[in-house]
Amino acid sequence: MQSSSQSSKTTLSSLWQILFGHPVRAFGTVSILLLILMAIAPAKNHFSEWRHYQHKYLSLIRGRGDAVSLERRFHDHDGIQQIWLPQLGVVDRCTTCHTGLKEASLSDVNTQPFRRHPVIPHTLDQYGCVMCHRGQGPATTMEEAHSSTAAWEQPILPARYVQSSCGQCHHTPLTGAPQLNAGRNMLGRYGCVHCHTIKMADGSTMKPTDDPPSLQHIADKTTREWVYAWLKDPQAYAVTSTMPNFKLSDADARDISAFLIATSTPVAGDTAPATGGKAPDATEGASLYGESFCATCHAVQNAAGNVVGGDIGPELTRVGTKVKPEWLRGWLRNPRVYDPGTAMPHYRFNDPQVSLLTAFLGNKADADFLANVHLDAATPEQIAHGKLLVTENGCASCHEINGVKKPDNFAPELTRIGSKPLTQILFLPGMEHSLPDYIAAKIRNPRSFGPALKMPQYTFAPAQVDALTTALLSLTDRAHDLPAAMTVPAKPVSNYQPAGKAGQLMSDLACFSCHVINGRGSDLAPDLTWEGSSVQRAWLQSFLKNPGTLRPALIRRMPRFNLSDSDANELTDYIMTVYQTPAFDRDSMPTSGYPAAQVEQGKQLFYSKYGCQSCHIVDTKVDKGYIGPTLTQVGSRLTAPWVYHWLKDPQSLRPGTIEPNRSMSDEDARALTAFLMTQKGSGKQEAKK
Amino acid sequence: MTTTLALNMRNMRTMGYWRAVSVVSLTLLSVACTSKSASVATLKPTGFGTAIVESSGGKQLGATGTALAQPLVVQVNDEQGNAVTGAAVEFKGPSGVSFDPASGLTDSSGQLSTNVTLGDIAGRYQLLATTPTKAQKSVELKVEEIALGYQQQVGYQLDNKYCARCHNPESSPERVSNYDNLEVKPHPFTEGDTLNKMSDDDLKNIIGHGGPALNKSALMPPYGYTLSKTEIDALIAYIRSISDPPYHASGLVYAQK
Repeated sequence: MQSSSQSSKTTLSSLWQILFGHPVRAFGTVSILLLILMAIAPAKNHFSEWRHYQHKYLSLIRGRGDAVSLERRFHDHDGIQQIWLPQLGVVDRCTTCHTGLKEASLSDVNTQPFRRHPVIPHTLDQYGCVMCHRGQGPATTMEEAHSSTAAWEQPILPARYVQSSCGQCHHTPLTGAPQLNAGRNMLGRYGCVHCHTIKMADGSTMKPTDDPPSLQHIADKTTREWVYAWLKDPQAYAVTSTMPNFKLSDADARDISAFLIATSTPVAGDTAPATGGKAPDATEGASLYGESFCATCHAVQNAAGNVVGGDIGPELTRVGTKVKPEWLRGWLRNPRVYDPGTAMPHYRFNDPQVSLLTAFLGNKADADFLANVHLDAATPEQIAHGKLLVTENGCASCHEINGVKKPDNFAPELTRIGSKPLTQILFLPGMEHSLPDYIAAKIRNPRSFGPALKMPQYTFAPAQVDALTTALLSLTDRAHDLPAAMTVPAKPVSNYQPAGKAGQLMSDLACFSCHVINGRGSDLAPDLTWEGSSVQRAWLQSFLKNPGTLRPALIRRMPRFNLSDSDANELTDYIMTVYQTPAFDRDSMPTSGYPAAQVEQGKQLFYSKYGCQSCHIVDTKVDKGYIGPTLTQVGSRLTAPWVYHWLKDPQSLRPGTIEPNRSMSDEDARALTAFLMTQKGSGKQEAKK
Repeated sequence: MTTTLALNMRNMRTMGYWRAVSVVSLTLLSVACTSKSASVATLKPTGFGTAIVESSGGKQLGATGTALAQPLVVQVNDEQGNAVTGAAVEFKGPSGVSFDPASGLTDSSGQLSTNVTLGDIAGRYQLLATTPTKAQKSVELKVEEIALGYQQQVGYQLDNKYCARCHNPESSPERVSNYDNLEVKPHPFTEGDTLNKMSDDDLKNIIGHGGPALNKSALMPPYGYTLSKTEIDALIAYIRSISDPPYHASGLVYAQK
């Protein structure tokens, strides 16, 4: 060690002797150093990275067929390039190296930075690069432009999250950004926004869409043992459950279950005793479950492990292990007694039907789920500790619980999480210091950042983690600070609620759980905003009483609610009077009495010119198409002006319908309407013959 | 860097003045090279198979740069076709593709599952799964996945909404196919043998103006008044990206040739 430092010392002193030993030499050395120093600036420019890439680009295009025009376009813009968009705050020099972005003929080039940009709806000159890809626009070296450096910390956004950038300006669902749409839906669907506040650019707050159940009357519904087992592992009860796992210890789960049961209050009339009589038949129960289209909302896991059914209501695979039979009976009789705001319709089942379904669902049990749960009677200390745990874990952020107030801002606000400075983030050892990686790791395994953290464990597939990360990354400073004129605002939420007795009936039947009316509701079933102009009164009345099959291929259909005549009349009157389009008068064309020649012409058009039979059935013996509704009785179902206007421009009556606009002439549309209006249903047709 | 400098200094005594100056300045000017070396984790297999087959997860469509919806699951079998536990499997793909995990040992049912993230160029990605045999050789399995760019992804969604009910013969309870009900059978979009021979203009015409525009069946309705020009372009880009055999035309990028 000593000898090496000794030798380096002598080396240094001899170097000093050579360079500065004599005044002339010293003068020469200083002059040369000065020359070198002065040469640094031009040398740096000459050897700069971007010049290197531009030279490489030139040699790349020289061998190509269209080299002349490519070269001319390049030389029109060589040197450092810049896209300057003051209103967006964009100064991008990326095109200095990325020379081939706009060259369509370079589509076979795979090497960066020369690749052509894929086709997207925006142009480079309008939006620049960093709006979508992040990174440092003004930088002129790859290192500074792409990575985070000491002075600039905004790195390039990995391609897998690039859809998040669409979400900065577009606050409505986007066809081209399915990952962003899915992530945004998840924020509501998995209840993230119960605990984390997310304010939108328009000042509104993101609303959850999961409707977690109130626990105020939980003791009427289920047992303490079930609550305990559920708290320990919700996905063991139902794989599709959106309730996360709080990783509770046995003692904590015991105490929380003790508190929830102890604090529960009974609801008058939410349970019903067994009516006795003969034991219900299992196959009858199964067919009533099928006829009532329960599977439209509820899923069941089959023997193969596949979850089959809808995800609007809870999964019912093990429901018999969960709910008390007397509660289930009361719920099936009228769910609104226990939960006035439930999405479940009030089916108006009679007592034998209630017994059938109760027995059928009661058999969906799994003895193993509660096999190892043995709880002693709860002590007051356990109940008090349970209440403390419920408060600490923020249970009341999602669920209503007697005696515990909903906490405000239980978890950190995520309004600008997409611009969170890296300096404010505590990374785990060995983790890459990037915002997307941090967010994804937090979602994947929140407690890896500290066992005392409260965020629970979700069971997301990798694609879901990416989607959620994408949605969160879209919540940037830029998303909030862009002028309103440069964004596509979210559709305002509709709180439409029809008044009067019909309005009450529509709430009771939960029409909005499937249908959209005046902007409110779910898109599972047709939009009913203009239903009164579309259908004939007699048909609607009988359909409400006994919904028939319109689209044979659909597995999710309108259930039968067992409506009384007066209820069906009330609803029919309301729909026929209120839900009318301003576009035409529903009585402006007759429902029958069209000339035979016109009907025959319409039939020709239907089968030959327009080939309607590829999707619709008019004659059940010949036609097979079943994409659109069956038209065998369309003449007694729809009004003639609706059919006519529909044929002329289907999207004007129902935006987004898949029926293609045929740009039909007036004459053709009238003839087809005449033909269709003669389709009055098989019974009447036969009678005519 | 410090060692090179020290070495140069040691040589200094034997050098002339000009050489010393130039060496020092050159050394100072070249302060910019670093290199990283990657380490490859080695697996200790407890079993060896003679074949590797795909269980599920091949031929998926995913957006560029994103994780595929389903994991890729491969199985290692022995000569009798029985599953082999503890065989080492390594996944490889063109640059930009990542696997989580990139290698591992097969489980008790002889399978290994990996989550695949495709690269950020649209096109076909050929993935390779290899396992060593007892004879120190290795057997491999090729799996293809397709990455859709922005335009193709829009096309994919349009296909789902407007076309697939007739053009995709695969039927499920959620979406019953109308294919079998049609007297003139539509071409499935993967049918490269037919569709690759049609020009972009022909496809544009048949989508926009219906079957009769190319003297084909009127059962194919026109969508030119329903879909925009951009949407029809997107649909064509999608049809080109999934065709089998692949569509070769200038204008399409292949991740691996």
